[in-house]
Amino acid sequence: MTAIDVPPAVPVAPVRVALFRRLTRRPLGLISLGFLALVAVLAIIGPLIAPQDPNFADIRAILASPSGAHLLGTDGSGRDVLSRLLAATQTSIAAALIALVVAVVLGVVSGLIAGYYQGWFNTAATWVTELNMALPGIVVLLAARAVLGPSVWLSMVIFGILLAPAYFRLVYASVTAVRSELYVDAARVSGLSDLRIIGRHVFSVVRAPIIIQSAIIAGIAIAIQSGLEFLGLGDVNVPTWGSMLTDGFKNIYKNPVLLVWPSLAIALTCIALTLLANVLRDELERTVTVRRRRRRAVLTATGSIATATTSVALGGGDLTDPDEIPEVADGDVIVHREDARSKSTEPVLRVRDLRVGYDQADGSHIEVVHGVSLDIRKGEVHGLIGESGSGKTQTAFGVLGLLPRGGSVTGGTISFDGVDLADASERVYAGVRGKRIGYIPQEPMSNLDPAFTIGSQLVEPLRKHLHLSAKDARERSLDLLARVGIPEPKRTFDAYPFEVSGGMAQRVLIAGAISTDPELIIADEPTTALDVTVQAEVLELLRDLQQERHMAMLLVTHNFGVVADLCDRVTVMQNGRFVEQGPVRAIFNDAQHPYTRALLDAILDEGPARPPLGAENGVVA
Amino acid sequence: MLAFIVRRLLSGVVLIAVISFLAFTLLYAAGGDIARRILGENATAETVAKKTAELGLNRPLLAQYGDWLSSAVTGNLGRSWFNGELVSVSVSGRLSVTLSIVIGATLVSAILSILLGVLAARRGGVIDAGVQFLSLVGFAVPGFLIALLLVLVFAVNLGWFKATGYTPLTTSFSGWVASVVLPIVALSIGAIATVAQQVRGSVIDATSRDYVRTLRARGLSENSVIYRHVLRNAGGPALAVLAVQFVGLLGGAVIVEQIFAIPGMGQLSVRATTQGDIPVVMGLVIAFAIIVVVVNLLIDLAQAALNPKVRLS
Repeated sequence: MTAIDVPPAVPVAPVRVALFRRLTRRPLGLISLGFLALVAVLAIIGPLIAPQDPNFADIRAILASPSGAHLLGTDGSGRDVLSRLLAATQTSIAAALIALVVAVVLGVVSGLIAGYYQGWFNTAATWVTELNMALPGIVVLLAARAVLGPSVWLSMVIFGILLAPAYFRLVYASVTAVRSELYVDAARVSGLSDLRIIGRHVFSVVRAPIIIQSAIIAGIAIAIQSGLEFLGLGDVNVPTWGSMLTDGFKNIYKNPVLLVWPSLAIALTCIALTLLANVLRDELERTVTVRRRRRRAVLTATGSIATATTSVALGGGDLTDPDEIPEVADGDVIVHREDARSKSTEPVLRVRDLRVGYDQADGSHIEVVHGVSLDIRKGEVHGLIGESGSGKTQTAFGVLGLLPRGGSVTGGTISFDGVDLADASERVYAGVRGKRIGYIPQEPMSNLDPAFTIGSQLVEPLRKHLHLSAKDARERSLDLLARVGIPEPKRTFDAYPFEVSGGMAQRVLIAGAISTDPELIIADEPTTALDVTVQAEVLELLRDLQQERHMAMLLVTHNFGVVADLCDRVTVMQNGRFVEQGPVRAIFNDAQHPYTRALLDAILDEGPARPPLGAENGVVA
Repeated sequence: MLAFIVRRLLSGVVLIAVISFLAFTLLYAAGGDIARRILGENATAETVAKKTAELGLNRPLLAQYGDWLSSAVTGNLGRSWFNGELVSVSVSGRLSVTLSIVIGATLVSAILSILLGVLAARRGGVIDAGVQFLSLVGFAVPGFLIALLLVLVFAVNLGWFKATGYTPLTTSFSGWVASVVLPIVALSIGAIATVAQQVRGSVIDATSRDYVRTLRARGLSENSVIYRHVLRNAGGPALAVLAVQFVGLLGGAVIVEQIFAIPGMGQLSVRATTQGDIPVVMGLVIAFAIIVVVVNLLIDLAQAALNPKVRLS
């Protein structure tokens, strides 16, 4: 919704001692931690409690079923499966740990150095990463095995080197982001050594992602180590989960149960590690989400209406009419009487008691538009004015049926030429939206699909709604582009959105909105994002088009200058409610509501930013 | 566009050259020990020396690399030390086998990932949670365990597919399909898990963009908005992840080929590795590197096709 994009912050979450308690409070966290603890304990004491020598082969008891002597039976060589499983747990976990430690040490150290000092080290490290991506890890390990011979430990050291870039990228990105933060500069200015700064500020930032990454990497290490052993490339005298799998696989027809134990050990350990990583991510990054939300709220609050830029062309003094006495109706909306120039035709759009609300993640529901009503007649321009967050855009999207996910029209009616659109289905909107109601958005650059040419984005709706041939649609699009004042229609037609200026893009969007000759245009702050000089041109274009095609228009704006320029009637909105409504002259000359007056004062001041209205009452929408 | 392709191609060639140099030095650094390993413990010092000289292992490493490189660029990767076969012949003979499985798995993963990712992103709720859970398990459980499970269930117990062996595509299409279904499924699951997650994320991200709202405001159908516009914009990150997954699939194929007794590059790698057949290992490393470079180039081209900014810059 907001035009302000908060850049994705690097996860900055202090790892507290309480983390362990937070993890165990979540069922998945508790289960995975519990299982991993069990595996860890077995890895340490396994060989001690193993009932037999894991390598002792009893030739008289090959592939024996579970019995008192062999609780899980024996394998293809007559070795006790339980004893082997316990011994294998130790070697497999130790092997994975070796890879993990090598990867963490190499990746973190090189990442810290490269990120902090940049320079040639950076280039070299990027090259190594690229090189690393060019071969499957297992092929490198196989090649290493060809030279170094069958050693679990050596393979895992090499695998650790291969995994290091995962940490390198993570640390490097975090450090580069933190490096430019002011507090790191401040630390440097205050004379702290590089080592202290790295230890203090940088490391605290990368700690959380490293922990999460490690859980994932440990799982990968176990998987690849078992894979290597399974291929029969390990040392035959060292029992591992992978070599037990090989034995089970050899006897898959005789005793498939042999496959079960090592498979379960590998699969459950890997799943537990992945689950743990997920829970860790949720826990460690939750604080970040809260922080982001808070920042966004602050930004919205400062987006005050006083940033309005167009100079105002107020009409002459002939507007004062003693008959225009404001009256209060519709609850507390001040509705001015129509003046003589009002068009008396039937309304195109009739909105009654419209309510818009949003479902919250916690199941609650927040209403942002609290029952508003307005009529727009044929050929009339109706201004909807209010500060950021007052609900005017929500009202417009409510009418278009384009509220963001979670939002819905929760009450009232929207009658467009007899069709009720309030929370209507897509089928009801088909044939109305985009055909009989056009929409002009606020930000020209972000409202064109960057992957398609401007031409194809104009042609697609034309073909759909007016059933034009490709050739006719193209010709009509070119005409439209010429009509909205684009100097070289053909070139713009073939261009991509990022190849044209903001002003041109807005003209393209206007061309798109009017392309199907709609009866109503909904324009959401159509000039706000443009340069001042371009604003005037676009406003003039809108006025010309509106008069030429006799379209009704709902013009959402926070700028009374725009209202004075274009509108016949105007509605003032504050905090999700309409406060004043009437012909534009009446509002300008005889504003009754203090909020309307404040808005008018703001433009007459021509300048300095002021705090958001209503903020003094503690209401920030 | 042409400059873009040429630049990518050149950097690929440089990458392969660097890899070949590094691999060669590491593989051949052991020098004289290699001959000893081939001849066995009982060989006399004299025969070992003779074998070392015969294989050219007594010459300086750089000279050996120079020889290897000059014949490699003509397509000659030397001969196996054990059966005397031309490395280029035995590698290329197995290339099509491995590629047919890995490409099959890539296509299957791409299609299913898109379907699942879009479904999860659009529907949310239970479907989303289900896809998320499957992704988690698919990501966590190693592919070869899934392969073993598939063999156990579908080949050993149900007998629907052959547990082992490979029928070339040129011999019989249905035979080929029957022999690659299980390997492809085993390989794809992990890739689907990762790519579907990425597709889901990118689709959610792209759907919240302003232009999507504007496209809807233009009255385009939901199908056109999602499958023509959103998916095209979400495709970039998904393709990047797919490229990484492809390398993973190649690695996975090494193990899966072993399980299903498929005579591909993986099987050759395992054999050459256990024997210490260095020229074959060297040839395989280069072949794998070339495949990765070519696939990355293809992915770059696909990125350019999807994203005009890549194409035009």
